[in-house]
Amino acid sequence: MFDVIFLQFLNGLDKGAAYALIALGLTLVFGTLGVVNFAHGALFMLGAFCAVVVRKVLTMETITVDPNQLSPWGTPLEVRTPLVQAWLGDFGAVLVNYSVPFSILLTIPVMLVVGIALERGIIKHFYRRPHAEQILVTFGLAIVAQEIIKSIFGPNSIPQPMPTDLRGTADIGAWLGMQAGVITYPIWRLVYFLFAAVVIGAVFAFLQFTTFGMVVRAGMADRETVGLLGINIDRRFTIMFGLAAVVAGMAGVMYTPILPPNYHIGMDFLVLSFVVVVVGGMGSLPGAVAAGFLLGILQSFASMTQVKALVPGIDQIIIYLVAVVILLVRPRGLFGRRGVMEA
Amino acid sequence: MAAMPRNDLLLFAGFTLAVLTMPIWLAPFGAAYPDLLQRFMIFGIFAVGFNILFGLTGYLSFGHAAFFGVGSYAAVWSFKLLSLDVIPAMIFAIIVSGLFALVIGYISLRRSGIYFSILTLAFAQMSYNMAYSVLTPITNGETGLQLTQSDPRHLDSALAATVVGQPIPTLLGQSLGGFSGFYFCAGFLIIAFFLAQRITGSPFGMMLKGIKTNQTRMHYTGFNTKPYTLAAFVISGMYAGLAGALLAVTDPLAGAERMQWTASGEVVLMTILGGAGTLVGPVIGAWLIKYFENIFSAINDGILRRFFDFLPDGVDSAMVTVASKFVGEGWFLTLGLVFVIIVIFLPGGIMEGVRRIAHLFNRAPKAPGKANPQPQPAE
Amino acid sequence: MSQPNVVLHVADVHKRFGGLHALADIDLQVEEGQTHAIIGPNGAGKSTLLNVIIGKLPPSSGQVVFDGTVLTGRKPYQINQLGIARVFQTPEIFGDLSVLHNVMIPALAKRDGAFKLNMFRSLDSETGIREEAEHMLEDVGMLGRREMAAGSLSRGDKRRMELAMCLIQHPRLLLLDEPTAGMSRHDTNTTIELLKKIKSRGMTKVIIEHDMHVVFSLADKISVLAQGRIIADGTPDQVRGNPKVQEAYLGGAH
Repeated sequence: MFDVIFLQFLNGLDKGAAYALIALGLTLVFGTLGVVNFAHGALFMLGAFCAVVVRKVLTMETITVDPNQLSPWGTPLEVRTPLVQAWLGDFGAVLVNYSVPFSILLTIPVMLVVGIALERGIIKHFYRRPHAEQILVTFGLAIVAQEIIKSIFGPNSIPQPMPTDLRGTADIGAWLGMQAGVITYPIWRLVYFLFAAVVIGAVFAFLQFTTFGMVVRAGMADRETVGLLGINIDRRFTIMFGLAAVVAGMAGVMYTPILPPNYHIGMDFLVLSFVVVVVGGMGSLPGAVAAGFLLGILQSFASMTQVKALVPGIDQIIIYLVAVVILLVRPRGLFGRRGVMEA
Repeated sequence: MAAMPRNDLLLFAGFTLAVLTMPIWLAPFGAAYPDLLQRFMIFGIFAVGFNILFGLTGYLSFGHAAFFGVGSYAAVWSFKLLSLDVIPAMIFAIIVSGLFALVIGYISLRRSGIYFSILTLAFAQMSYNMAYSVLTPITNGETGLQLTQSDPRHLDSALAATVVGQPIPTLLGQSLGGFSGFYFCAGFLIIAFFLAQRITGSPFGMMLKGIKTNQTRMHYTGFNTKPYTLAAFVISGMYAGLAGALLAVTDPLAGAERMQWTASGEVVLMTILGGAGTLVGPVIGAWLIKYFENIFSAINDGILRRFFDFLPDGVDSAMVTVASKFVGEGWFLTLGLVFVIIVIFLPGGIMEGVRRIAHLFNRAPKAPGKANPQPQPAE
Repeated sequence: MSQPNVVLHVADVHKRFGGLHALADIDLQVEEGQTHAIIGPNGAGKSTLLNVIIGKLPPSSGQVVFDGTVLTGRKPYQINQLGIARVFQTPEIFGDLSVLHNVMIPALAKRDGAFKLNMFRSLDSETGIREEAEHMLEDVGMLGRREMAAGSLSRGDKRRMELAMCLIQHPRLLLLDEPTAGMSRHDTNTTIELLKKIKSRGMTKVIIEHDMHVVFSLADKISVLAQGRIIADGTPDQVRGNPKVQEAYLGGAH
């Protein structure tokens, strides 16, 4: 019995990690800028498509027709030479193999630019406007972003292979001294979980130990007062928006081997992430992370056949059900502060 | 009716006239065919109802498609179990969606602001997911609920009415194809608009506006605001149910995608585009979105090439390439952009734009001193 | 002379916020028809007391009794329906609605109660309510601005309109939270005149005020609050001569 529970627990981790990462970014933006960002899922999606672009570039190839050689069908043989391999040799081959993690290098600057441009261009004009209008404008931006991606990459999902070395499963049960083969877990999901843990840890450390982070935290607690100290909080908040975009983008890149990206992946995750944020407590960073993992794991348990036999369809609605119950029983969420967004 | 003020009466008369003559004045725009006109009516009703909640009370629901979908399912079930006549189906759909809205509204309205939006979204997504999974016996899952020859139709069989061929909804034995279907829906839109107008101009409507503007003051003024918002929620849920039922009349195949949150988003777009809180705005928003959806998604590269034909070679193909991103499949991109621009520059929607322009014209002749900008010393 | 009738009785009220004792041992009796001022230095707990009376904050112990009815545990709208209206420190008004509608809404609350689903009756057929509102606006000198959006009024006018919104309900008890804060001398004097005018109608008022000029022109009785306790109670003359009060003010925030 323990192994079954433990396995479901593990299964919930990777999805929970993705929820936690997106919810973390949403909360950063909400906590600092006070903006309800419905375009955050689109940032996750844009990050995922960075991986698609990188892979496309890395696998560009020249096709030459060699008239001296014949294919098995008797036609002249097409020789495909991947450019990267042609130029970089073995290192090129490694790059192609590791294209997904390698994409992070592109994702960070791209998402930073996108985030800052969004904040400076549009979001900053909405600080003082009602939350309903913030929701509406970011909702519109999300539609624009996903339609642009759709018109470039088409409507279908584009699978991204994971590096060959990380394709198998890890026998976690054996690591823990249990019988071999009882608890196995795909390595990439483990990688994703560890990656998420590192990113979350880095964000918290950044906010906790740097002067920049200290000012931002103070600003989250009381914007007016920090403004009175003569600190230019707005510029820091712009950077925070960029940072949130980077976190969302990285979450997206690394998730591509688990779920092939398509243009509406952002919207799918956004709805869930908002539920996560609300469950965790609007404006609470630890709440966002805890609720992300909690809901991921609950979802995993709800999709067990035994549970579904007990409560049919529970896997489809568990997250929303939890959200409804939490909102009604603990209106401020698990870790929420009083008075946030209650007007 | 007697108590209706003159301006309201004029607005109502004008609206009725405009709706009933749509087959005439929309002909030059290529939109005067029954199928599209019916959708104008249906989504007009949906938007008018949504506006009673969002426009008047300020509570932004992101789950209204759930009531629309429930209305559709209820109407189809009425066709299947009771009668192919549309009247019982309408009544049944309005009651069922109203009850559904009562339950969801009662729970969701315990919170306000973004929490309310998320709660409604969560309920709608739950309904959508369940319609696809556990509720398949009621919704027929992905296939969608449809009418069959073998449906019981207890009311019809009691009256010994028999159906030959594929069953289709009727009104007192008359089929509702073509323009009769349009006039049927138009009648409902006119009634829906009339009721919305009465509600907006009533003390109840003023209380809803009071809740939107300052809920704290409403409490200290002695109002229990909860039943007011709940009433608005249920009314707008019933409007959505009616619209969903009408869609089931024109197309008796109810699918779960009518409940998806993108459908909820669409009615939000319509209301904002036209002007939340105004009477005519949401209807205009619904018409424009449905019209351009129809026009833009039908445009293909061939049409674009003919359109840009007058340009020199090279330039025209470049224009076609660029423009093709915004039409056909890319229609939603255009919609998203227009929506963002509206929210940024004209949060009051088209109606605010109309007001601003009207203001400009009214003012110019009366106060020439203000219309001519004089060099003023900086304040 | 008959026994003075106590309308509002704040009985042994304590309010703690965490470790902070915001109100301690408050016992206050307000007599019918009187204007009772509550004064005290900043942070003395005046606003907390008002919030406890109106039902916004629950007291940690003790209770508030209004005309034989216990207010504690009731919601603000129920308390209003019992006949208590409140003017806020920053005016709470319906900024998007016209001045006339701002005043009609409370009149409807008085007539129709906490909830009435009258959605098929036209607002224009409410002539009685409209006339009443127009009279009220005339009283506060704002009839000319009845069609303006309330949000675009000047600060002083917003306050006067809010006062009209309370007065139209003919409350038995009117609570005023610094009704002249931030007003010019001229506006303050107009407001004093207005309040004197309603005083002659026999309405009971509890007023929180900083401005001693306002307090001594209006109050029949004064309670002095310092550090969450009532340190003095009496007529304006008694309070003026009380050494404890002078000490509290001199040692206080001012």
